[in-house]
Amino acid sequence: MAKELWEGNAAIAEAAIRAGVEAYFGYPITPQTEVLEHFSHRMLEEGRVFLQAESELASINMVYGAACAGARVMTSSSSPGISLMQEGLSYIACSEVPVVIGNIMRGGPGLGNIAPSQGDYLQAVKTTGHGDFHMIVLAPGNIQEAIDLIVLAFDLADKYRTIAMILADGSLGQMMEPAEMPPMRPVRPASERAAWALTGAKGRQPNIITSLYLVEEEMEQVNLRLQAKLKEIAANEVRWKEYETDDAEVLLVAFGTVGRICQTVVREARRKGLRVGLLRPITVWPFPSARLAELSRQVRAMLAVEMSAGQMVEDVRLAVEGRCPVHFYGRMGGIIPLPDEILPQVERL
Amino acid sequence: MIEIPADMELVYKRPESLTLAHTHYCPGCTHGIIHRLIAEVLDELGVRERTIGIAPVGCSVLAYYYFNVDMAEAAHGRAPAMATGLKRVSPDKVVFTYQGDGDLAAIGTNEIIHAANRGELFTTIFVNNAIYGMTGGQMAPTTLPGQVSTSSPQGRDVRIAGYPLHVAEMIGGLAGAAYITRQAVLDVRGIRRTRKAIKTAFRTQIEGLGFSLVEIISTCPTNWHMGPLEALKWAGENMVPYYPLGDTKVTDQVRALMEEK
Repeated sequence: MAKELWEGNAAIAEAAIRAGVEAYFGYPITPQTEVLEHFSHRMLEEGRVFLQAESELASINMVYGAACAGARVMTSSSSPGISLMQEGLSYIACSEVPVVIGNIMRGGPGLGNIAPSQGDYLQAVKTTGHGDFHMIVLAPGNIQEAIDLIVLAFDLADKYRTIAMILADGSLGQMMEPAEMPPMRPVRPASERAAWALTGAKGRQPNIITSLYLVEEEMEQVNLRLQAKLKEIAANEVRWKEYETDDAEVLLVAFGTVGRICQTVVREARRKGLRVGLLRPITVWPFPSARLAELSRQVRAMLAVEMSAGQMVEDVRLAVEGRCPVHFYGRMGGIIPLPDEILPQVERL
Repeated sequence: MIEIPADMELVYKRPESLTLAHTHYCPGCTHGIIHRLIAEVLDELGVRERTIGIAPVGCSVLAYYYFNVDMAEAAHGRAPAMATGLKRVSPDKVVFTYQGDGDLAAIGTNEIIHAANRGELFTTIFVNNAIYGMTGGQMAPTTLPGQVSTSSPQGRDVRIAGYPLHVAEMIGGLAGAAYITRQAVLDVRGIRRTRKAIKTAFRTQIEGLGFSLVEIISTCPTNWHMGPLEALKWAGENMVPYYPLGDTKVTDQVRALMEEK
């Protein structure tokens, strides 16, 4: 297919439709409302399920119910709405049903504002809800990548019976750029839903989907199973991109929109003769820790750049284990750091 | 299976829609009766193999062990949202939520109102025993004025705690609701009427007529600190006058259904 001009939010919705999503449940919140709006007309056209819920709390539980039925399903929101969904995400994680969720992050804390932010990193990768679990968290750096990662998110969610989140900031949701949509995949027929799904106990024992295990030993076994799965995901699904790292002496680490901006910083630094490289995590959980550990033996210093007070930088430091200094530069409040303010930070190192 | 002698007829058996599990319910609790009524109706309608239930948080949290159908466990109060998602992607299935008064009328009020108002095609069985049973007898949204609980030790003071919620009347006022009724399982007559109401509710769903809910006045001997018989009597004398029995919404289509033989 040819490239077309796509707005990020609409592209995410359309890519999910191409990936065979059967149902979308959501609630309006800026700056992701266009995801919901795109679904609202396209799902009708495709004869699939679209429902505007009464709250994000309801959205995530509608998603939970549809996922229990074995349907390919997603929701999306922005920061405050994701906070409301945290209860449901914890239940879904324990119940091991596949779900895709988009977070188009905005400024916080609290009601914050509607400008781009990466302030939900820790929530996405570490504190998604109560109990021990992680989601697969994919962080696109441009609209084409957002499209590709949505398709991947559905496949990973299905494969591991887990939650896969697309973590993008408001600017990625709102901007437009040329991108190519994948071909339309057929929707999985209801008759081909998974054996564990709730489809009616016809000719078999009833299926039960629960996150309640009152016996301690059983609850521990469930946790051990979840942890084993997370370990498998961490071993197989780490994704990242590198730019000019072969001879880098200073390494920038940044994800999403900031990762893209840092490509410009690398180019400008190289023009000035500085050996600067960039590692841009695509999966922020699992995090490319092993590769960062390798690079920490090569570079003189690292600089994590984020639209937050410094969240991902904690994971960089954990990966580096003190082998090289890890510096941080960030902006908050919905302000996007620009190359000409990042470059001096690099030059200082 | 026990062989039935040729000259005898089987007149009473465990419904196929119940499992063989022993329930964890307290002696005298009416959940067992209500479970059985639902199971009998599912059997009678021949829909067990395409029924999916959603269990709540509260005393009936383990209901999925007792119904011989596919079931999911919801977060506290969220069963109507889960049922909405499930039914929307499985329109040929029969879906029900089983919820208590804390689950449905406190933490889950938002979800039940909007599901009902959308006319979602699932059935809610709402068990109202005016107390939080599982957590040990705290005040519920349906606890009567003056009723003592572990969190209203002087009796519910409506000046502080507000008034008990009339769920059947509230939901009955919504456009998407097709069949809303309040029944009680305090005596044989009430149990038979409740069974009939549950059947009408499931038929309302199966015929695609709109949202259906059966509120059932129930007892909690343990947390009311009464014997089972005393509890039944107390509910009849105190709850039924406050929560009048009967239908609060019957659409014309449901009325026609009820009048069918």
